[in-house]
Amino acid sequence: MTATTDTVNDRAWLRPAAWRNLLRDYPLIPLTILLVLLVITVELARPGTVSANWAAFTVRQAAVLAILAACQTLTMLTGGIDLSVAYVASMAGFVTATFVHQPGGWAFGVVVALGASSLAGLVNGIGIGFFRVHPLIMTLGMGLIVLGFSNVWQLQSVQTGSGVPAELRTLGTGLTADVIPNDLAVLVPVAVVLILLLRRTGYGRMLYAIGDNPVAARLSGVRSWQVLVVLYVISGLLAAIAGLLQSGLSNTASVTLVTPYLLPSVAAAVIGGTSILGGRGGYSGTIVGALILTVLAGFLSIILPEPWRQIVFGSIVVLVAAAYTRVTAAS
Amino acid sequence: MSATAASIDRPRSGAKDTISTFARDNAWTLGLIGFLAVLLVYTKFVNPYYSLGSLASTATSVLPLALAAVAQAVVVISGGIDLSISSQMALTSCVAATMMKDYPGDGTAVVIVIGVLLLGLLLGAVNGALVVLTKVPDIVVTLATYFVWAGFALLVRPAPGGSAATWLKDLVVGPLGVDLLPKAAVVLVVLVAVIWIPLSRSRLGLSLYAIGSNPLAAFRSGVPVNRTKFLSYVITGLVAAFAGLSLTASTGIGSPVPEPTYVLISIGAVVLGGVSLAGGVGGVFGPVVAVVVLQLIRDDMTFMRVDPNYGLVAQGFILIGVLMAGSLIQMRRSRA
Repeated sequence: MTATTDTVNDRAWLRPAAWRNLLRDYPLIPLTILLVLLVITVELARPGTVSANWAAFTVRQAAVLAILAACQTLTMLTGGIDLSVAYVASMAGFVTATFVHQPGGWAFGVVVALGASSLAGLVNGIGIGFFRVHPLIMTLGMGLIVLGFSNVWQLQSVQTGSGVPAELRTLGTGLTADVIPNDLAVLVPVAVVLILLLRRTGYGRMLYAIGDNPVAARLSGVRSWQVLVVLYVISGLLAAIAGLLQSGLSNTASVTLVTPYLLPSVAAAVIGGTSILGGRGGYSGTIVGALILTVLAGFLSIILPEPWRQIVFGSIVVLVAAAYTRVTAAS
Repeated sequence: MSATAASIDRPRSGAKDTISTFARDNAWTLGLIGFLAVLLVYTKFVNPYYSLGSLASTATSVLPLALAAVAQAVVVISGGIDLSISSQMALTSCVAATMMKDYPGDGTAVVIVIGVLLLGLLLGAVNGALVVLTKVPDIVVTLATYFVWAGFALLVRPAPGGSAATWLKDLVVGPLGVDLLPKAAVVLVVLVAVIWIPLSRSRLGLSLYAIGSNPLAAFRSGVPVNRTKFLSYVITGLVAAFAGLSLTASTGIGSPVPEPTYVLISIGAVVLGGVSLAGGVGGVFGPVVAVVVLQLIRDDMTFMRVDPNYGLVAQGFILIGVLMAGSLIQMRRSRA
C-alpha cells in the first residue's frame, strides 16, 4: 500500500507523511515510546513508584487485560467484536471455583469451564458466521445468556461453597525469582501462538481477508462461516483463560468479576492499532495497548479520585483513537 | 456491518416498492403488538392477580428503558450507535435528583428539569461532535464517553440518593383516571408524539434515514451528512435525558452507576423492533413495543416461579433467535 507513496517521497523521511507512514505501518514503535513516556511520567510525578515490584504488579494486571483484548483483536480483524467475553470469563472463573470442594476438584472445574466457554463461542460463531447475525448483537445476547446461566449456577452451588483454587492463586499472584510474574507463563505462549497465527498461517490471512473485503474473500474461496465459527470458539477459550487468571489474581470468583474489563479490552485493541472496521491490526500492538492502559489506570488511581480517573481514561481513549484515525486516513 | 449489506444493495426505487417496504416494516411492528397482546393475556393466565391496576406498575418500570430504546433507535436509524446512553441516563438522573434535594420546591423543579434536558442536549452534542470531527468509529467514541459521563455522575453524586419533586413522581406513577391508562404510558406516548412524529416528517427526519441508508448517496443528493449525524446524537442525548429524568421520577433518587443491561437491552430492543443496525430502516414504535415485550416476559417468568435469572437467558435467546430467523428468511428470499 505504501510502496508507491514511499518512492514518490523519496528523500522526504523528515516530512510528516513519513512519520505517518511509520506510525501506520509500525504502530509498535510509537506505542512503545508512549508507554516509556508514561512510565517516566509516573516516576517523575511520584519518585520511587517505578520498581521491580511495581512492574510485576502492572504486568500481572495487564496480562489479564491483554488476553481479554486478544478476543477483541481477533474478532475486530474480521470486522466483528466479541462483547460476551466479560461474562464468559467471569463464568469460567466462577465455575472453576465452585468445583473446588467437589469430586473431581478444580481441574475438573477448569475442564467444565473451558467446555462451557467454547460452547458459548461456538453458538456465537454459528450465529455470526452462518446466520449472519450482527456480531455486536449476537455477542451481546450471548453475554446475557451466559450471565443468566451463571446466576442460576450460583444459586444452585451456594450451599456447596466455593473458593479459588490455590494453584490459580499461585499462577495469578505468584512471582518466580521474586520479580517475574507467574502469569507470564500463560501470556507469553498465548501471545506467541496468536502472533504466529496471524502472521504465518493461512488461517490468519483469512481473518484479515474477511475483515478487509468479505465479498472478495468469499469469491477467492474462503469459507467465511467456517473461519468465523473457529474464530469465536478461540475467542471464547481465550476469554475463559483470562477469567481463570483474573480469579486467581484477585482471589475472588463472582459472576461479574471480569465485567469492568470489557470496555478496556476493546480500548486496548483500538489503542494497539487494530481497526474496529476490520482488516488492519495485530496482537503485538494490543499487548502494548493493554500495558499502556494498565499503567495509565494505575497512575490515575494514585493521583486522582475515581470519578476523575474515569473521565481522564475516557478522554485519553478518544484522543489516541482520533490520532490513529488521522494518521491512517491521511495517505 | 457486512451482515446486512444485502438489504442495502437491494434496489428500492419506485412507489410500489416503497409501499411494500412500508407495509413490511409495519407488519413487523403490528406482529410485535399482536405478540404483546397474546403475552398480556398469558400474563393474566399465569398470574390471576395481574389486573388492569398492575399495568400501571409495569408501565412505570418500563418507562426509562423504553425511552432509552427510543434514544438508541434515533441514532441507529441514522447509521450510528450510542453505547453511552446508560451513563448519560445516570448523569442526568443524578443531576436532577441532587438539584431537587438541594433546591426543593415545585417551581424550581421545573427549572431543574429544563436544565437537565439542556444537559442532555449538551452530552449528545459532545458525542456527535466527537464522532463527526475525529472520524473515529462511533462504537469507540461512545465507549469512551461512557466512562466520561459515568465519571461525572460519580462526581455529582458519590452514592445513590437525592430526591425527586412530587409532581415529577406523580407524572409517572399510577394510572390516569381509569386503570386502563397508566400515567407512564401516557407520558411515553406524549413524548414520542412530541419528539418523533414531527421529526420523522421533517426534512431532518428524512435526512436521518438518508444518511443511515447510504451516506454517499445522501451526500450526493445534497444532504448535509455531518450536520445530520451530529444532530442525530443531539436528539439521542435529549431523549436519554428524558430517560434519566424518568429514572429519577420512578425511583425517587439518582444512582451514579449506570445500569449495565440498559445499553444491551436498548440495542436489543431496537433490533427486535425492526430497526436495522445497518441504518436507514425502522421507526421508534417497534423498539418501544419490543421493550415492553422483553419486560413482560421477565415478569411472567417471575410469576411462574421460574428462577428470574432464566429471564435473562430467555431475553438473550429471543434476541438471537428472532435475528437468526430473520436472516434465514432473507437468505431464502435472496436465493429465490
